[in-house]
Formats: sequence, structure tokens, C-alpha cells
Amino acid sequence: MNFAVLADQFWALTLTGISLGLIYVLVSLGYTMVYGVLRLINFANSEIFMVGTFATVIMSTGVFGYDINSETLHGAKLIFTMLACLIASMLLSGVAAVLVEIVAYRRLRAMGTNRLASLISAIGVSIVMSEGMRILTHSRPRSSPRLLEKWSFGEIAGANFRIDTVLVIVSSLILFFALDRFVSKSRLGKAIRAVSMSEETSKLMGINLNRVISATFLIGGLLTGAAAFFYTTVYEMTKYNVGFNLGLAAFTAAVLGGIGNIRGAFFGGLTLGLIEQFASAILGSQWKAITVFVVLVTVLLFKPNGIFGEAIQQTRV
Amino acid sequence: MVFSAKRYSRRGYDVSEELNLRDQGAAMWESWNRPKRVAFAIGVIFLVALLPYAADFSITSVLNTPITSYQSVLVYPVGMFVLMALGLNIVVGKSGMLDLGYVAFFAIGAYTQGILGTKTGLSTWEILPIGTFLAMLSGLLLGLPTLRLRGDYLAIVTLGFGEIVRLVALNSRETGGPNGITGIPNPTPLFGQRFTLDNPKAYFWIVLVMILLVIWMIRRLSVRRPGRAWEAIRQDEDVASLMGVPTLKYKLWSFSIGASIGGAAGVLYASKIMVIAPDMFTLNVSILILACVVFGGMGNIWGVVLGATLLAYLPERIRFITDARQLVFGLTLVVVMNVRPDGLLPRKKREKIAVKDKE
Repeated sequence: MNFAVLADQFWALTLTGISLGLIYVLVSLGYTMVYGVLRLINFANSEIFMVGTFATVIMSTGVFGYDINSETLHGAKLIFTMLACLIASMLLSGVAAVLVEIVAYRRLRAMGTNRLASLISAIGVSIVMSEGMRILTHSRPRSSPRLLEKWSFGEIAGANFRIDTVLVIVSSLILFFALDRFVSKSRLGKAIRAVSMSEETSKLMGINLNRVISATFLIGGLLTGAAAFFYTTVYEMTKYNVGFNLGLAAFTAAVLGGIGNIRGAFFGGLTLGLIEQFASAILGSQWKAITVFVVLVTVLLFKPNGIFGEAIQQTRV
Repeated sequence: MVFSAKRYSRRGYDVSEELNLRDQGAAMWESWNRPKRVAFAIGVIFLVALLPYAADFSITSVLNTPITSYQSVLVYPVGMFVLMALGLNIVVGKSGMLDLGYVAFFAIGAYTQGILGTKTGLSTWEILPIGTFLAMLSGLLLGLPTLRLRGDYLAIVTLGFGEIVRLVALNSRETGGPNGITGIPNPTPLFGQRFTLDNPKAYFWIVLVMILLVIWMIRRLSVRRPGRAWEAIRQDEDVASLMGVPTLKYKLWSFSIGASIGGAAGVLYASKIMVIAPDMFTLNVSILILACVVFGGMGNIWGVVLGATLLAYLPERIRFITDARQLVFGLTLVVVMNVRPDGLLPRKKREKIAVKDKE
């Protein structure tokens, strides 16, 4: 127990907690959107994240030819390179997500089988993806070149507003609100919400189910890809199993907020990011994960559907 | 190959091409009288007990596994996975609760053996009931608050519990931290069989006895009140509760019985392997055991046994392709689940449509 740290670094911890939490938010949207329409945990989402991190690294090293010793970029060149990496990461993750849906879910859905079969098939796809990447990279971590010079805007109450932290916070917020508007206002967004309310009824209303589900996976993948880009920008390295712990945390965030609920995922992700930061400062980082799960269980005890949970009447195996 | 007659499932998917081994086997079994059944069972048990010798002949030497010896593979992973998959099947297959943290109970059993075996003079056979009881107790304590949750919420809480147990083992001094516990004593001799590293047969037989006991227990429970309650809960919990089934009570039963089997497996495993470390009890093990259950056929004992045997044995058999081993495993999961979504040997369909053209 180390409460002195808490008093000392409260605002610094809050800031890192928020930026980490927003990365969780983006990944947990991947889980929560898919859960909304299919009532299934997309176990391969962590691997979709992994694909995104590698897309970023490949874009900056392979396509643009930068390496670890490269100078940091400035001005228009920096913005162009970063945008290219972001788009590459989002697109590749999006495509990966759509492929996961086709390979792991579509056939099983057409047969109308039990949910566990889809779960296992998604786990299978996830194993194939991470193992494939492990073999390709020979189990070695890849570091991403530092393109963005990490200068600071300044310190407020001990919190260091570094450019990458600010970038993550601002862009994630923009992405989140864009998604929120998209789902509540656009035609496709309405279709997605209709499917998540009732698959049968939306089919009767003339909604093309397969297209909506593919679109949901695509959107989830795009957001997860964006999260992967931010993660790589902040931590500057990736590995074949990078998605595992992050995916677990993001899924926990989605459940904490109430899975299937987009705004719930936002609060879940932020809460989780903050709890992780404070728990590792007070109890030591090895107890971080335990604190997260204890909080999760406690919340679920009092709010069995998560903080903003939808009233799911029944979800069972 | 015999195909069953043309049938349609509830959603209109044509299942006529499915090879329905399960129903045919059940029909054959039901047509026999008691002595015939007993004779058959004894014969099968005898044959399975001879499995450690199966790879000794030149024709059957394909069974031999590279790196680990065939007889050791029969104990771990095959025997242990069958045992744990049967335990998890009570929770997932029988009563329909998704448990993603089953490895926690295995770990609790293993650490009970590790700590008591090295710190006290108790033998494995004395620790076995203690470990089983502790796993059961932890299942009960975890189940009491969480079994009110449904479906995916239960899944994430159990997953969290599995991780908590592993992390506590990793960060506590009593459990040896990341190095784990070394020098765990082997079991003391039993029925003239010595339990040493070079005698995996003895372990196999004791695991086989445990598996048979568990199968017997599940079969008895299935036809009695708990089994019927589980079936009702699995089909529709609200209806079950309306019909007067005390759902929480029977869910707790199912959860803690499943947990105790995991604990028993853990005690024996620690005692065989002699060294345990937190790395052995990761989420992957839980997922693998769940895969065994679903792969073989949820709810059906023989399907689960088959699934666990295959999924435990195959990765060991193909160890020569060291790098792509897990990749092949993942591919197998995807392909088999897409071809046979109810598993290799699915459970008997309760609501069978009368087959007319089968005279």
C-alpha cells in the first residue's frame, strides 16, 4: 500500500489512465458492437488488434522505409506518414475482422447452431492468426520507429501533457463521437441497432442481415485498428501476442459498461484505464489485473448487466 | 458407413447426411440386457486399461509420440484432459453455464498438493480428498455470488477468477512466486504399483479409475433429480424456476462438482509432474478444455471423452512439426466446428422427429 504516490501523482496518473482507457474504449467497441448484433463474444478481436499493430509497423518500416535510427519527422511529412499508418492499420484490421466473420461465424450462423460452436470456431481463428504471426515473426517483438518526436505541451498539476498522450485522447474522442453519431443517425447505424434488438423482425423489415453483420464487424475492426495504431505510437513495439492482455482488458471494459452498449463501453474503458493506473500505483503493478477483476465482480454483483447494461432477458450458452 | 434417414433440425438445416453414431450406439446399448451390458463395459474397460501397451507392437508403433513418451502422454495430457473435460462438461454441457476459468480449480488442486506435499508429511492419497474439497469449496464460494449472472457475464467472471488464482500464485511467497514449487513428492505405492517417473503406467491406471468413477457419478446424477434439474436449467432457466426447480441450488451443485473434479485432477498432476509453476495454469488451458468439451460434443460423456482424447493426443503426436503445431490445432478447431457444429459425437436429440422411411 502506497498512498503517498497517489497524493503525489494523482493528476499524472489520471492523465495516463484516461489515455490508456480511451485505447481500451476503441478496442472494447469492437467487442461490444459484435456482441450487440450477434450476442457472441468475438474472441478473435484481440488478434484483429494485433494485425493492426503490425500493419502500423509494416507501413512505417516496410513501405516508408524508416527504421529505429531514423530522425523524427516534422510538418506535413509527419502528418502524411501518421495518417497513412493510421489508415493502413484501420483498413487491415477492418478487412481482418470481415474475414473473421466469414470464416468463423457465417456458416455456423446459417446453420443456426449453438453459440458455443461459434465461440470455439472464433477461438480457432484467433489461434491461427496469432500462431501464424508468431511463425512469421519468429516469436520476436518488432519495434516501431519513433516518427513522432515526443515533446510536451507542458505540465499542469504534475500531469505531463505529452504530444502522443494528447493525440490519443483527442483522436479517440473524435472517433468515439463519430461512431456514436453514426450508429444513432445513419441508415446503416439504424439497421445495426435494429438487428441488435431483434434479428427476426429486422429481417422481416427488409434488412440484409449478412450485410449488416459484415458492416458491424468492419466498423469494429476499423476502431480496433485505430486503437492498434495509437498503441503502437505510444508503446513503440509490438509482438504476436500483444492482443491477448489488451483484448482481455478491453473485453472486461465492455462487460463493465454493459456489453452491447456503445456508451457503456466508453465509460467501462475509461473506468478500467483509471483503475489500472491507480491500482498499479497504490498496490504495485503485479496486483493490477486482480484489482480490475475484483472491481468487475463487485460491479456485476450489484448491477448484473454492467453499469449501463441493456436489459438482456436471457443470454445463455 | 451408415447414414441416418433424412431429418431436419428445427431451423430447417438438413442433418440427414450427418453420421449419427451417438444415436445408433445408444439404440444398441438399450437393446441389450444387463449381463450383456456389464460384459461389454468390463471388456471396454479392460481394453482401455491395456492402452499403455498399445504402442509396443510394430504395426501400432505409429501411436508413439515424439519427444514425450507415449505412456506419459497417455497420463498427461490425455488422461488429465479427459478427466477435466468431464468435469467441465457438467458445468457447460449439462447445465449450460459458460465457465472460462476452469483451470483455477486445477491450479487449486495442484497447489494444495504442492504446499501440503512439501511442507507436511501427508501422502498424495491423503491430500487428494483435501485438494478436492478445497476446489469444491472455492467453486462454492465463487458460485454463490456469481451464479446469478447469466451467459457471458458468468463467462467473464469465471475467466477473471482463473486469472486471479494464477496471479495470486505468481505473486505470493507461499506458492513460490514465478518459480513455483519444486520437489513435490510422488504418490506412495498403491496395490504394488510404484509411482515413479519411469512408470507412467501406474499413473494412467489411477487416472483411469478416477475417470471411471466420474463417468459413473455423472451417469447416476444425470438420471436423478440433479440431472433433470440441470437439463431443465439448460433448456430454459426461467421456466425451470417457475416449475419449482431451485435453480441456484442446482447450479451451485453443478459448479462445485465440476470444480472438485478439476481439483482432484490437479492434485494428481502436481504429484506426477513434481514441479508446478503459475505458467502452467494460464487461460489457454481453460480454453483448451472447453474446446475439448465442445469439439467432442457438449453434454455427451462419450463425445467429451473422444474430443478430449483427440485434442490432447494430436498436438503431442504432431510435435515433429514443432512450429506450426498450434496453427494446425487452430485450423482443426475451425474446420471441425464448421463441419460438425454439435461436436463429433453430439448429445442425443430429445425432440426427435419421427422417421417414417426407417422400417
